[in-house]
Amino acid sequence: MAEPPPRLATVHLTAVYGKFTAVKDVSLGFRANTVNALIGPSGCGKSTFLRTLNRMHELSDGGWITGKVLLDGEDIYGSRVSPMQLRRRIGMVFQKPTPFPTMSIYDNVAAGLRLNGRRPRGELDEIVERSLRDAALWEEVKDRLQASALALSGGQQQRLCIARSIAPRPQVVLLDEPTASLDPGGTQRIEELVFELKKDYTIVIVTHNMQQAARVSDTTSFFYMGAMIESGPTRQIFTAPREERTEAYITGRFG
Amino acid sequence: MNRKRLRRWKSNLMVGLMIAAVVVAVAPLLFILLNLVVKGAGSLSFGFFTRMPVPAGETGGGVAHAIVGTLIMVGMAALVGVPLGIGAGLFSAEFPGTRLAKASRFLADVMNGTPSIVVGVFAWTLIVARTKQFSALAGSAALAMLMIPMVMRTTEELIKLVPHSLREAALALGYPRWRTTVSIVLRTALPGIVTGSLLAVARVAGETAPLLFTALGSQFFSLSVNEPMAALPLTVFQYATGPYEEWHQFAWAAALVLIIVVMVLSLAARLATRGRFTRHG
Repeated sequence: MAEPPPRLATVHLTAVYGKFTAVKDVSLGFRANTVNALIGPSGCGKSTFLRTLNRMHELSDGGWITGKVLLDGEDIYGSRVSPMQLRRRIGMVFQKPTPFPTMSIYDNVAAGLRLNGRRPRGELDEIVERSLRDAALWEEVKDRLQASALALSGGQQQRLCIARSIAPRPQVVLLDEPTASLDPGGTQRIEELVFELKKDYTIVIVTHNMQQAARVSDTTSFFYMGAMIESGPTRQIFTAPREERTEAYITGRFG
Repeated sequence: MNRKRLRRWKSNLMVGLMIAAVVVAVAPLLFILLNLVVKGAGSLSFGFFTRMPVPAGETGGGVAHAIVGTLIMVGMAALVGVPLGIGAGLFSAEFPGTRLAKASRFLADVMNGTPSIVVGVFAWTLIVARTKQFSALAGSAALAMLMIPMVMRTTEELIKLVPHSLREAALALGYPRWRTTVSIVLRTALPGIVTGSLLAVARVAGETAPLLFTALGSQFFSLSVNEPMAALPLTVFQYATGPYEEWHQFAWAAALVLIIVVMVLSLAARLATRGRFTRHG
Protein backbone atom coordinates (compact mmCIF):
# COMPACT_ATOMS: atom_id res chain seq x y z
CA MET A 1 0.00 0.00 0.00
CA ALA A 2 1.57 3.24 -1.13
CA GLU A 3 1.59 6.09 1.35
CA PRO A 4 -0.33 9.17 0.23
CA PRO A 5 1.93 12.14 -0.41
CA PRO A 6 2.25 14.45 2.58
CA ARG A 7 0.32 17.73 2.71
CA LEU A 8 3.31 19.49 4.22
CA ALA A 9 6.90 18.31 4.06
CA THR A 10 10.38 19.57 4.72
CA VAL A 11 13.39 18.47 2.72
CA HIS A 12 16.83 18.85 4.30
CA LEU A 13 15.61 21.90 6.15
CA THR A 14 18.21 23.87 8.08
CA ALA A 15 17.25 27.04 9.96
CA VAL A 16 19.76 29.60 11.14
CA TYR A 17 19.71 32.67 13.38
CA GLY A 18 22.74 34.72 12.34
CA LYS A 19 25.54 32.25 13.06
CA PHE A 20 23.53 29.91 15.26
CA THR A 21 22.04 26.86 13.59
CA ALA A 22 18.77 26.12 15.37
CA VAL A 23 17.48 23.35 13.10
CA LYS A 24 19.80 20.95 11.31
CA ASP A 25 18.89 19.10 8.15
CA VAL A 26 15.38 17.98 9.03
CA SER A 27 13.26 16.05 6.53
CA LEU A 28 9.75 15.38 7.75
CA GLY A 29 6.33 14.88 6.21
CA PHE A 30 2.89 15.59 7.65
CA ARG A 31 -0.09 13.88 6.01
CA ALA A 32 -3.41 15.61 5.57
CA ASN A 33 -5.90 15.37 8.45
CA THR A 34 -3.40 14.21 11.01
CA VAL A 35 -2.15 15.72 14.25
CA ASN A 36 1.62 15.80 14.41
CA ALA A 37 3.43 16.49 17.67
CA LEU A 38 6.92 17.92 17.92
CA ILE A 39 8.55 17.19 21.27
CA GLY A 40 11.95 17.77 22.81
CA PRO A 41 13.68 19.76 25.54
CA SER A 42 13.76 23.57 25.57
CA GLY A 43 16.03 24.98 22.89
CA CYS A 44 15.92 21.81 20.78
CA GLY A 45 14.72 23.71 17.72
CA LYS A 46 11.14 22.45 17.58
CA SER A 47 9.61 25.93 17.78
CA THR A 48 12.03 27.31 15.20
CA PHE A 49 11.18 24.38 12.94
CA LEU A 50 7.48 25.19 13.34
CA ARG A 51 8.14 28.83 12.45
CA THR A 52 9.88 27.87 9.22
CA LEU A 53 6.65 26.17 8.11
CA ASN A 54 4.79 29.48 7.66
CA ARG A 55 7.84 31.63 6.99
CA MET A 56 7.65 33.40 10.34
CA HIS A 57 11.24 32.38 11.07
CA GLU A 58 12.63 34.70 8.41
CA LEU A 59 11.15 37.68 10.27
CA SER A 60 13.52 37.09 13.20
CA ASP A 61 16.85 38.91 13.23
CA GLY A 62 19.28 37.04 11.02
CA GLY A 63 16.76 34.29 10.35
CA TRP A 64 17.20 32.29 7.14
CA ILE A 65 16.91 28.72 5.93
CA THR A 66 18.30 26.27 3.45
CA GLY A 67 16.40 23.28 2.13
CA LYS A 68 12.78 23.16 1.13
CA VAL A 69 9.34 23.26 2.67
CA LEU A 70 6.68 21.79 0.41
CA LEU A 71 2.97 22.50 0.75
CA ASP A 72 1.14 20.08 -1.53
CA GLY A 73 4.39 19.68 -3.41
CA GLU A 74 5.00 23.39 -3.96
CA ASP A 75 8.06 25.00 -2.37
CA ILE A 76 6.74 27.74 -0.08
CA TYR A 77 10.10 29.48 -0.24
CA GLY A 78 9.83 29.72 -4.02
CA SER A 79 10.37 33.18 -5.43
CA ARG A 80 6.79 33.44 -6.66
CA VAL A 81 5.24 32.69 -3.29
CA SER A 82 4.08 35.67 -1.24
CA PRO A 83 4.67 35.06 2.47
CA MET A 84 1.50 37.00 3.25
CA GLN A 85 -0.61 34.82 0.97
CA LEU A 86 1.11 31.71 2.31
CA ARG A 87 0.30 32.60 5.91
CA ARG A 88 -3.37 32.70 4.98
CA ARG A 89 -3.02 29.04 3.95
CA ILE A 90 -1.01 28.02 7.02
CA GLY A 91 -2.48 29.39 10.23
CA MET A 92 -0.64 29.70 13.52
CA VAL A 93 -1.56 29.88 17.20
CA PHE A 94 0.95 30.93 19.82
CA GLN A 95 1.89 29.98 23.34
CA LYS A 96 0.19 32.97 24.93
CA PRO A 97 -3.27 33.96 23.70
CA THR A 98 -2.92 36.98 21.41
CA PRO A 99 -6.37 38.43 20.77
CA PHE A 100 -6.21 41.90 19.23
CA PRO A 101 -7.06 44.07 22.25
CA THR A 102 -8.76 46.87 20.34
CA MET A 103 -11.12 44.55 18.49
CA SER A 104 -14.35 42.86 19.49
CA ILE A 105 -14.70 39.09 19.57
CA TYR A 106 -16.39 39.23 16.16
CA ASP A 107 -13.71 41.46 14.62
CA ASN A 108 -10.94 39.26 15.94
CA VAL A 109 -12.35 36.26 14.12
CA ALA A 110 -13.02 38.33 11.00
CA ALA A 111 -9.56 39.96 11.02
CA GLY A 112 -7.91 37.47 8.68
CA LEU A 113 -10.90 37.34 6.36
CA ARG A 114 -10.99 41.08 5.87
CA LEU A 115 -7.49 40.94 4.44
CA ASN A 116 -8.87 39.30 1.34
CA GLY A 117 -11.15 42.17 0.48
CA ARG A 118 -14.70 43.02 1.43
CA ARG A 119 -17.28 40.33 1.80
CA PRO A 120 -21.03 40.63 2.16
CA ARG A 121 -22.02 40.99 5.80
CA GLY A 122 -24.08 37.80 5.75
CA GLU A 123 -21.21 35.73 4.46
CA LEU A 124 -18.88 37.18 7.09
CA ASP A 125 -21.41 36.44 9.84
CA GLU A 126 -21.63 32.88 8.63
CA ILE A 127 -17.88 32.31 8.59
CA VAL A 128 -17.43 33.91 12.01
CA GLU A 129 -20.13 31.68 13.48
CA ARG A 130 -18.73 28.56 11.83
CA SER A 131 -15.19 29.35 13.02
CA LEU A 132 -16.34 29.99 16.57
CA ARG A 133 -18.36 26.77 16.52
CA ASP A 134 -15.38 24.84 15.21
CA ALA A 135 -13.28 26.36 17.98
CA ALA A 136 -15.90 25.27 20.56
CA LEU A 137 -16.43 28.86 21.66
CA TRP A 138 -19.72 29.80 19.98
CA GLU A 139 -22.04 28.85 22.84
CA GLU A 140 -20.04 30.94 25.29
CA VAL A 141 -19.80 34.11 23.20
CA LYS A 142 -22.78 34.14 20.83
CA ASP A 143 -24.59 36.74 22.94
CA ARG A 144 -21.64 39.13 23.21
CA LEU A 145 -19.88 39.08 19.87
CA GLN A 146 -19.35 42.83 20.06
CA ALA A 147 -17.69 42.65 23.49
CA SER A 148 -13.95 43.21 23.81
CA ALA A 149 -11.88 40.09 23.27
CA LEU A 150 -10.07 40.93 26.50
CA ALA A 151 -13.24 40.20 28.47
CA LEU A 152 -12.68 36.48 27.83
CA SER A 153 -10.74 34.11 30.10
CA GLY A 154 -7.29 32.89 29.05
CA GLY A 155 -8.63 29.58 27.77
CA GLN A 156 -11.43 31.31 25.87
CA GLN A 157 -8.94 33.76 24.40
CA GLN A 158 -6.85 30.87 23.14
CA ARG A 159 -9.90 29.27 21.51
CA LEU A 160 -10.68 32.66 20.01
CA CYS A 161 -7.18 32.70 18.51
CA ILE A 162 -7.81 29.25 17.09
CA ALA A 163 -11.11 30.49 15.61
CA ARG A 164 -9.26 33.46 14.14
CA SER A 165 -6.61 31.27 12.56
CA ILE A 166 -9.09 28.81 11.02
CA ALA A 167 -11.54 31.46 9.77
CA PRO A 168 -9.69 31.93 6.44
CA ARG A 169 -9.83 28.13 5.97
CA PRO A 170 -6.13 27.36 5.99
CA GLN A 171 -4.87 23.93 4.96
CA VAL A 172 -2.52 23.60 7.89
CA VAL A 173 -2.71 24.90 11.47
CA LEU A 174 0.48 25.31 13.47
CA LEU A 175 0.14 25.30 17.25
CA ASP A 176 3.12 26.51 19.28
CA GLU A 177 2.62 25.16 22.81
CA PRO A 178 -1.01 26.30 22.74
CA THR A 179 -1.77 25.17 26.29
CA ALA A 180 1.41 26.31 28.03
CA SER A 181 -0.31 29.28 29.69
CA LEU A 182 -3.65 27.59 30.45
CA ASP A 183 -5.06 25.82 33.49
CA PRO A 184 -5.95 22.09 33.32
CA GLY A 185 -9.57 22.77 32.33
CA GLY A 186 -8.56 25.09 29.51
CA THR A 187 -5.88 22.63 28.42
CA GLN A 188 -8.36 19.78 28.20
CA ARG A 189 -10.76 21.79 26.05
CA ILE A 190 -7.98 22.74 23.63
CA GLU A 191 -6.86 19.12 23.40
CA GLU A 192 -10.37 17.95 22.60
CA LEU A 193 -10.57 20.73 20.05
CA VAL A 194 -7.32 19.70 18.37
CA PHE A 195 -8.72 16.22 18.00
CA GLU A 196 -11.87 17.63 16.36
CA LEU A 197 -9.97 19.99 14.08
CA LYS A 198 -8.03 17.28 12.33
CA LYS A 199 -11.16 16.39 10.38
CA ASP A 200 -10.67 19.60 8.42
CA TYR A 201 -7.05 20.56 8.89
CA THR A 202 -3.54 19.23 9.09
CA ILE A 203 -2.13 20.08 12.48
CA VAL A 204 1.43 20.44 13.70
CA ILE A 205 1.67 21.00 17.43
CA VAL A 206 4.74 21.81 19.50
CA THR A 207 4.37 20.69 23.08
CA HIS A 208 6.42 20.34 26.23
CA ASN A 209 3.85 18.03 27.67
CA MET A 210 4.45 14.44 26.65
CA GLN A 211 1.10 13.21 27.92
CA GLN A 212 -0.42 15.81 25.63
CA ALA A 213 1.55 14.54 22.65
CA ALA A 214 0.50 11.00 23.48
CA ARG A 215 -3.15 11.99 23.88
CA VAL A 216 -3.73 14.11 20.80
CA SER A 217 -1.24 13.21 18.11
CA ASP A 218 -1.04 10.64 15.33
CA THR A 219 2.69 11.06 14.78
CA THR A 220 5.40 12.31 17.07
CA SER A 221 8.81 13.67 16.16
CA PHE A 222 11.52 14.04 18.77
CA PHE A 223 13.94 16.95 18.39
CA TYR A 224 17.21 17.27 20.22
CA MET A 225 19.92 19.92 19.78
CA GLY A 226 18.47 21.07 16.51
CA ALA A 227 18.30 17.64 14.95
CA MET A 228 15.24 15.50 14.40
CA ILE A 229 16.23 12.31 16.23
CA GLU A 230 13.24 10.12 15.58
CA SER A 231 9.80 10.36 14.02
CA GLY A 232 6.99 7.87 13.75
CA PRO A 233 3.49 6.92 14.81
CA THR A 234 2.88 8.27 18.30
CA ARG A 235 2.15 4.85 19.76
CA GLN A 236 5.44 3.48 18.48
CA ILE A 237 7.47 6.49 19.69
CA PHE A 238 6.01 6.21 23.16
CA THR A 239 6.05 2.43 23.53
CA ALA A 240 8.94 1.25 21.40
CA PRO A 241 11.29 4.09 20.49
CA ARG A 242 14.18 3.03 18.32
CA GLU A 243 16.59 5.65 19.59
CA GLU A 244 18.06 5.57 23.06
CA ARG A 245 17.84 9.37 23.40
CA THR A 246 14.14 9.32 22.56
CA GLU A 247 13.53 6.74 25.23
CA ALA A 248 15.60 8.66 27.75
CA TYR A 249 13.61 11.84 27.08
CA ILE A 250 10.23 10.15 27.12
CA THR A 251 10.93 8.36 30.36
CA GLY A 252 12.02 11.64 31.92
CA ARG A 253 15.72 10.92 32.32
CA PHE A 254 16.63 14.31 30.80
CA GLY A 255 15.04 17.35 29.30
CA MET B 1 6.22 40.78 70.59
CA ASN B 2 8.86 43.45 70.82
CA ARG B 3 10.00 42.74 67.30
CA LYS B 4 6.53 43.04 66.00
CA ARG B 5 6.19 46.43 67.60
CA LEU B 6 9.50 47.57 66.15
CA ARG B 7 8.41 46.44 62.70
CA ARG B 8 5.15 48.25 62.98
CA TRP B 9 6.92 51.37 64.18
CA LYS B 10 9.31 51.26 61.22
CA SER B 11 6.44 50.74 58.85
CA ASN B 12 4.56 53.71 60.26
CA LEU B 13 7.67 55.85 60.05
CA MET B 14 8.23 55.04 56.38
CA VAL B 15 4.59 55.53 55.41
CA GLY B 16 4.66 58.81 57.34
CA LEU B 17 7.71 59.98 55.40
CA MET B 18 6.07 59.10 52.10
CA ILE B 19 2.91 60.99 53.03
CA ALA B 20 5.07 63.98 53.97
CA ALA B 21 6.76 63.80 50.57
CA VAL B 22 3.39 63.78 48.82
CA VAL B 23 2.22 66.78 50.84
CA VAL B 24 5.39 68.71 50.05
CA ALA B 25 5.07 67.81 46.37
CA VAL B 26 1.43 68.78 46.06
CA ALA B 27 1.38 71.81 48.35
CA PRO B 28 2.93 74.30 45.90
CA LEU B 29 0.48 73.28 43.22
CA LEU B 30 -2.50 73.70 45.53
CA PHE B 31 -1.09 76.99 46.76
CA ILE B 32 -0.71 78.29 43.20
CA LEU B 33 -4.25 77.28 42.31
CA LEU B 34 -5.67 78.78 45.47
CA ASN B 35 -3.71 82.00 44.99
CA LEU B 36 -4.85 82.29 41.40
CA VAL B 37 -8.47 81.76 42.29
CA VAL B 38 -8.31 84.25 45.17
CA LYS B 39 -6.57 86.98 43.20
CA GLY B 40 -7.89 86.28 39.73
CA ALA B 41 -11.48 85.14 40.15
CA GLY B 42 -12.57 88.63 41.18
CA SER B 43 -11.73 90.06 37.77
CA LEU B 44 -13.26 87.17 35.88
CA SER B 45 -16.53 87.81 34.17
CA PHE B 46 -18.20 86.78 30.95
CA GLY B 47 -16.78 89.91 29.37
CA PHE B 48 -13.27 88.86 30.28
CA PHE B 49 -13.53 86.07 27.70
CA THR B 50 -15.32 88.05 25.00
CA ARG B 51 -13.95 91.60 25.19
CA MET B 52 -10.76 93.37 24.27
CA PRO B 53 -8.42 95.06 26.71
CA VAL B 54 -9.18 98.66 27.67
CA PRO B 55 -6.65 101.47 28.11
CA ALA B 56 -4.86 101.78 31.45
CA GLY B 57 -6.94 103.58 34.04
CA GLU B 58 -10.24 102.17 32.85
CA THR B 59 -11.68 99.05 34.43
CA GLY B 60 -13.26 96.07 32.68
CA GLY B 61 -12.10 94.74 29.37
CA GLY B 62 -11.05 91.21 28.51
CA VAL B 63 -8.48 88.97 26.87
CA ALA B 64 -10.49 87.67 23.90
CA HIS B 65 -7.59 88.50 21.59
CA ALA B 66 -5.15 86.44 23.68
CA ILE B 67 -7.48 83.46 24.01
CA VAL B 68 -8.02 83.40 20.25
CA GLY B 69 -4.29 83.94 19.67
CA THR B 70 -3.36 81.02 21.91
CA LEU B 71 -5.92 78.78 20.22
CA ILE B 72 -4.68 79.72 16.74
CA MET B 73 -0.99 79.34 17.48
CA VAL B 74 -1.28 76.19 19.58
CA GLY B 75 -3.71 74.76 17.02
CA MET B 76 -1.35 75.36 14.11
CA ALA B 77 1.57 73.99 16.13
CA ALA B 78 -0.42 70.84 16.95
CA LEU B 79 -1.50 70.40 13.34
CA VAL B 80 2.16 70.22 12.31
CA GLY B 81 3.76 68.87 15.48
CA VAL B 82 1.47 65.95 16.32
CA PRO B 83 1.59 64.14 12.94
CA LEU B 84 5.31 64.76 12.55
CA GLY B 85 5.99 63.61 16.10
CA ILE B 86 3.87 60.47 15.70
CA GLY B 87 5.53 59.68 12.37
CA ALA B 88 9.01 60.11 13.77
CA GLY B 89 8.15 58.08 16.87
CA LEU B 90 6.65 55.34 14.74
CA PHE B 91 9.80 55.18 12.64
CA SER B 92 12.19 54.90 15.56
CA ALA B 93 10.00 52.28 17.24
CA GLU B 94 9.67 50.20 14.07
CA PHE B 95 13.33 50.47 13.04
CA PRO B 96 14.98 50.88 16.45
CA GLY B 97 18.45 49.75 15.44
CA THR B 98 18.95 52.09 12.50
CA ARG B 99 21.37 54.99 12.74
CA LEU B 100 18.63 57.46 11.88
CA ALA B 101 16.46 56.16 14.75
CA LYS B 102 19.32 56.29 17.24
CA ALA B 103 20.33 59.80 16.17
CA SER B 104 16.78 61.17 16.22
CA ARG B 105 16.10 59.58 19.61
CA PHE B 106 19.21 61.24 21.02
CA LEU B 107 18.38 64.60 19.45
CA ALA B 108 14.79 64.43 20.69
CA ASP B 109 16.02 63.81 24.22
CA VAL B 110 18.36 66.77 23.95
CA MET B 111 15.54 68.90 22.56
CA ASN B 112 13.24 67.88 25.41
CA GLY B 113 15.84 69.16 27.83
CA THR B 114 16.54 72.37 25.94
CA PRO B 115 15.19 75.55 27.57
CA SER B 116 12.27 76.76 25.51
CA ILE B 117 13.73 80.24 25.17
CA VAL B 118 16.49 78.74 23.05
CA VAL B 119 13.86 77.40 20.70
CA GLY B 120 12.33 80.87 20.63
CA VAL B 121 15.65 82.43 19.66
CA PHE B 122 16.10 79.80 16.98
CA ALA B 123 12.66 80.47 15.52
CA TRP B 124 13.53 84.16 15.58
CA THR B 125 16.67 83.68 13.47
CA LEU B 126 14.89 81.23 11.20
CA ILE B 127 11.73 83.20 10.50
CA VAL B 128 11.50 86.60 12.17
CA ALA B 129 14.97 87.79 11.15
CA ARG B 130 14.37 86.76 7.54
CA THR B 131 10.86 88.03 7.10
CA LYS B 132 11.71 91.13 9.19
CA GLN B 133 8.35 90.66 10.86
CA PHE B 134 7.19 89.22 14.17
CA SER B 135 4.39 86.82 13.38
CA ALA B 136 2.03 84.22 14.75
CA LEU B 137 3.51 81.86 12.19
CA ALA B 138 6.93 82.16 13.82
CA GLY B 139 5.31 81.59 17.21
CA SER B 140 3.59 78.45 15.96
CA ALA B 141 6.84 77.20 14.46
CA ALA B 142 8.57 77.59 17.81
CA LEU B 143 5.76 75.76 19.61
CA ALA B 144 5.74 72.98 17.00
CA MET B 145 9.50 72.55 17.44
CA LEU B 146 8.88 72.04 21.14
CA MET B 147 6.06 69.58 20.56
CA ILE B 148 7.68 67.31 18.01
CA PRO B 149 10.29 65.73 20.29
CA MET B 150 7.78 65.32 23.10
CA VAL B 151 5.23 63.59 20.89
CA MET B 152 7.92 61.56 19.18
CA ARG B 153 9.35 60.10 22.39
CA THR B 154 5.91 59.37 23.89
CA THR B 155 4.81 57.65 20.69
CA GLU B 156 7.97 55.59 20.56
CA GLU B 157 7.74 54.46 24.17
CA LEU B 158 4.06 53.58 23.85
CA ILE B 159 4.60 51.60 20.67
CA LYS B 160 7.39 49.70 22.37
CA LEU B 161 4.87 48.71 25.05
CA VAL B 162 2.72 46.86 22.50
CA PRO B 163 3.62 43.20 23.01
CA HIS B 164 5.71 41.67 20.25
CA SER B 165 3.38 38.66 20.31
CA LEU B 166 0.56 40.85 18.97
CA ARG B 167 2.64 41.87 15.98
CA GLU B 168 3.53 38.21 15.34
CA ALA B 169 -0.10 37.18 15.60
CA ALA B 170 -1.05 39.69 12.91
CA LEU B 171 1.83 38.69 10.63
CA ALA B 172 0.96 35.00 11.09
CA LEU B 173 -2.58 35.79 9.94
CA GLY B 174 -1.16 37.09 6.69
CA TYR B 175 -1.14 40.81 7.50
CA PRO B 176 1.39 42.78 5.45
CA ARG B 177 3.88 44.63 7.62
CA TRP B 178 2.44 48.11 6.99
CA ARG B 179 -1.00 46.90 7.92
CA THR B 180 0.29 45.21 11.05
CA THR B 181 1.92 48.47 12.05
CA VAL B 182 -1.08 50.65 11.33
CA SER B 183 -4.11 48.62 12.29
CA ILE B 184 -2.66 46.52 15.09
CA VAL B 185 0.38 48.19 16.65
CA LEU B 186 -0.51 51.86 16.22
CA ARG B 187 -4.17 51.17 16.92
CA THR B 188 -3.33 49.43 20.19
CA ALA B 189 -1.06 52.27 21.31
CA LEU B 190 -3.43 55.00 20.11
CA PRO B 191 -5.16 55.96 23.38
CA GLY B 192 -1.78 56.53 24.99
CA ILE B 193 -0.53 58.49 22.00
CA VAL B 194 -3.62 60.70 22.12
CA THR B 195 -2.97 61.35 25.82
CA GLY B 196 0.68 62.13 25.19
CA SER B 197 -0.17 64.49 22.35
CA LEU B 198 -2.78 66.34 24.39
CA LEU B 199 -0.31 66.72 27.24
CA ALA B 200 2.26 68.10 24.81
CA VAL B 201 -0.36 70.54 23.52
CA ALA B 202 -1.19 71.56 27.09
CA ARG B 203 2.47 72.12 27.85
CA VAL B 204 3.19 74.37 24.88
CA ALA B 205 -0.06 76.27 25.49
CA GLY B 206 1.55 77.59 28.65
CA GLU B 207 4.90 78.48 27.08
CA THR B 208 5.91 82.13 27.19
CA ALA B 209 9.57 82.25 26.28
CA PRO B 210 9.34 80.84 22.73
CA LEU B 211 6.66 83.42 21.89
CA LEU B 212 8.55 86.46 23.19
CA PHE B 213 10.73 86.81 20.11
CA THR B 214 8.31 85.33 17.64
CA ALA B 215 4.63 86.18 18.08
CA LEU B 216 5.65 89.12 20.24
CA GLY B 217 2.17 89.71 21.60
CA SER B 218 -0.33 92.34 20.64
CA GLN B 219 -3.00 94.59 22.06
CA PHE B 220 -5.26 93.97 19.13
CA PHE B 221 -7.47 91.25 17.89
CA SER B 222 -5.83 89.58 14.91
CA LEU B 223 -6.46 86.52 12.79
CA SER B 224 -3.55 87.15 10.47
CA VAL B 225 -0.72 84.69 10.94
CA ASN B 226 1.77 87.05 9.32
CA GLU B 227 1.43 89.65 12.03
CA PRO B 228 2.20 89.75 15.74
CA MET B 229 -0.44 87.98 17.76
CA ALA B 230 -1.44 87.95 21.39
CA ALA B 231 -1.29 84.81 23.52
CA LEU B 232 -2.40 84.18 27.09
CA PRO B 233 1.07 83.62 28.57
CA LEU B 234 2.36 86.78 26.85
CA THR B 235 -0.58 88.76 28.16
CA VAL B 236 0.12 87.54 31.67
CA PHE B 237 3.76 88.54 31.26
CA GLN B 238 3.00 91.98 29.85
CA TYR B 239 0.34 92.90 32.37
CA ALA B 240 2.16 91.46 35.37
CA THR B 241 5.27 93.50 34.61
CA GLY B 242 3.28 96.67 33.95
CA PRO B 243 3.08 99.60 36.34
CA TYR B 244 -0.67 99.72 37.06
CA GLU B 245 -2.58 97.90 39.78
CA GLU B 246 -5.49 97.15 37.41
CA TRP B 247 -3.02 95.52 35.05
CA HIS B 248 -1.85 93.24 37.83
CA GLN B 249 -5.43 92.25 38.55
CA PHE B 250 -5.81 91.57 34.87
CA ALA B 251 -2.67 89.41 34.83
CA TRP B 252 -3.98 87.28 37.70
CA ALA B 253 -7.24 86.71 35.91
CA ALA B 254 -5.45 85.86 32.63
CA ALA B 255 -3.19 83.43 34.48
CA LEU B 256 -6.27 81.76 35.93
CA VAL B 257 -7.76 81.40 32.44
CA LEU B 258 -4.50 79.95 31.17
CA ILE B 259 -4.36 77.38 33.92
CA ILE B 260 -7.99 76.47 33.31
CA VAL B 261 -7.22 75.92 29.60
CA VAL B 262 -4.27 73.68 30.48
CA MET B 263 -6.30 71.78 33.06
CA VAL B 264 -9.14 71.21 30.61
CA LEU B 265 -6.63 69.81 28.10
CA SER B 266 -5.09 67.52 30.72
CA LEU B 267 -8.54 66.39 31.77
CA ALA B 268 -9.42 65.68 28.15
CA ALA B 269 -6.24 63.62 27.92
CA ARG B 270 -7.40 61.56 30.88
CA LEU B 271 -10.90 61.12 29.54
CA ALA B 272 -9.55 60.06 26.15
CA THR B 273 -7.92 57.02 27.73
CA ARG B 274 -10.55 56.29 30.31
CA GLY B 275 -11.68 52.70 30.38
CA ARG B 276 -8.72 51.59 28.27
CA PHE B 277 -5.78 49.62 29.60
CA THR B 278 -7.81 48.86 32.67
CA ARG B 279 -8.77 45.36 31.69
CA HIS B 280 -5.77 43.14 31.66
CA GLY B 281 -5.30 40.44 29.06
